[in-house]
Amino acid sequence: MHAGRLRAAVALMKLALGPLLYFWPRARVLDFYACAERWPVDIVYLGEVVCARRREVRLRDWLDIGERLAAAGKEVVLSTQAVLESEADLRALRALVRNGRFGVEANDMGAVRLLAGHAHFVAGPHINLYNPQALRVLAALGMKRWVPPLELARSALADMQNERPLGVETEAFALGRMPLAFSARCFTARHHGLRKDDCGLRCRDDPDGLPLRTQEGMSFLVLNGIQTQSAAVCSLAGQIEAAAALGVDVLRLSPQSAHMEEVIEWFRARIDGRCSAAQADAALAPLLPGPMVAGYWHGRAGMHA
Amino acid sequence: MTAAPALVCPAGSLPALKAAVDNGADAVYLGFRDATNARNFAGLNFDEAAARTGIRYAHARGAAVLVAINTYPRPGAWTDWIRAVDRAAALGVDAAILADLGLMQYACDAHPGLRLHLSVQGSATNHEAINFYFRQFGVRRAVLPRVLSLAQVENVVRNTPVEIEVFGFGSLCVMVEGRCTLSSYVTGESPNTAGVCSPPRAVRMQQAGDSMEVRLGEVLLDRFATGEQAGYPTLCKGRFEVAGEHGYALEEPVSLNALALLPELMRIGVKAVKIEGRQRSPAYVATVTRVWREAIDACTRDPSGFRIGPRWNAELSRQSEGRQCTLGAYERPWR
Repeated sequence: MHAGRLRAAVALMKLALGPLLYFWPRARVLDFYACAERWPVDIVYLGEVVCARRREVRLRDWLDIGERLAAAGKEVVLSTQAVLESEADLRALRALVRNGRFGVEANDMGAVRLLAGHAHFVAGPHINLYNPQALRVLAALGMKRWVPPLELARSALADMQNERPLGVETEAFALGRMPLAFSARCFTARHHGLRKDDCGLRCRDDPDGLPLRTQEGMSFLVLNGIQTQSAAVCSLAGQIEAAAALGVDVLRLSPQSAHMEEVIEWFRARIDGRCSAAQADAALAPLLPGPMVAGYWHGRAGMHA
Repeated sequence: MTAAPALVCPAGSLPALKAAVDNGADAVYLGFRDATNARNFAGLNFDEAAARTGIRYAHARGAAVLVAINTYPRPGAWTDWIRAVDRAAALGVDAAILADLGLMQYACDAHPGLRLHLSVQGSATNHEAINFYFRQFGVRRAVLPRVLSLAQVENVVRNTPVEIEVFGFGSLCVMVEGRCTLSSYVTGESPNTAGVCSPPRAVRMQQAGDSMEVRLGEVLLDRFATGEQAGYPTLCKGRFEVAGEHGYALEEPVSLNALALLPELMRIGVKAVKIEGRQRSPAYVATVTRVWREAIDACTRDPSGFRIGPRWNAELSRQSEGRQCTLGAYERPWR
């Protein structure tokens, strides 16, 4: 792409604050999103994606938070829970899908079923979209934006972007510990010797997840209830021009407990052309809970640089 | 008499297929010899000639053949996957087991007569998701991920016209199938994309003093003392440290064995029970198939009087990973 056109494409990119993946106390959540009203993000995803037992912030609270963010000029999207097992999970899903106010990010095909043909929706990173044929199936049902699976390499994304259905936006997971796996088992409860049904909500003690190390002391994974995340932090801060050249429209930044505003400011500075990739990387490194990696993007193991 | 669920057994090779059919499988499932299926291991699976022989063998003895094409094709390799679907249809298989949305659409368009099953890799854990695949693609059967309790399985069965297949025995995925990229995080290859988990090429075993170190890529999964039994080094079954505590932080090296739940599975209307293990030997397939055949027959004759045969669990546990068995997520405390 011509340098001038590439700069223009970068400048048009939007920033999204991804859904909060951890269980924070209610006051902390409210405070976080009150701050988000003035952060330079364009889109904010709200809702509990990981565990139905985390009930401190209910749908009506998310809707209230959403109203304030919308009043501050943000596009608000409600994210569905990724693993739906029980009828109670499905009742909560239906209420969220029929909220009547905000768009929805589907993180399970059950959500897609409820949204299909009724409303535009975002296909989240936990919907398996690995080829343009799959994109076309969901685009025909009302998908307006998709978040590629975390493990999708830049080269495969490039091929998909070439055949992307008209009117569908692409949002890349651009910063944060990567959600790698879901289970029926709660690993946080297991660590504490508790049953999931009587877990004491101990995941509230770990605002950025519970670190898991190898027997050699290497930071490897992070336990977040039923979700397992990478210990390393995916960062595409250095890849923004490459992402823009592929037609990526939105960069998703995943909430972390500290320095969120500074992290967002550095991504905003990259988009506005106020700093180089090297400057942003150097500034971001001490603000993140783990080392920066972009292995998946480069077609390597996800934990590699 | 309660309707017997179909016994669906793994065939990683022609000898394994014959072992399954000879020991009473109602159906076998197999994959082609490439990355289009989720057990893409060297020396395993079927080329076209072997598939044709296997299908003839099974059909002559009244057993169905299901072909798993259950990984997610990436753009550059799309034609390999649609060729696999074409091949399955041309071979006259009884169903194709698919996970990818694009591939299902292709199968519907190109082979409207081909019966479709939703693979466990499709991660459908609830009836809304399963009914999506029914409405969209006419999927006739769904294989449930190993994450639901028995009551949740029952609720799914009640709320979908799609036949439900569950895992009865074999290696246990602790994560929701189709939603785990731990393997590619360490090795670059995952079940979704490459049909492998913790691929053998990335495994290294090294003697270190009086212990054996097992690594996947550069990640130390476990250390075994001399004489300690070491299973296949699957990433989620390693020993790690969490807040000063050492142990199996995710899962122990155990196998799923739901034999004790057979009367319940039948009562709630599960249509098929799947045995895991296309990577296992014909002897494993023969033993596990025979035990489950006897159990299903006994339970069909007399569901309320069903007792686990004295030899059954002993024979099954000899085939188990780590020789320990669990009811997995069917039982709430596992969670």
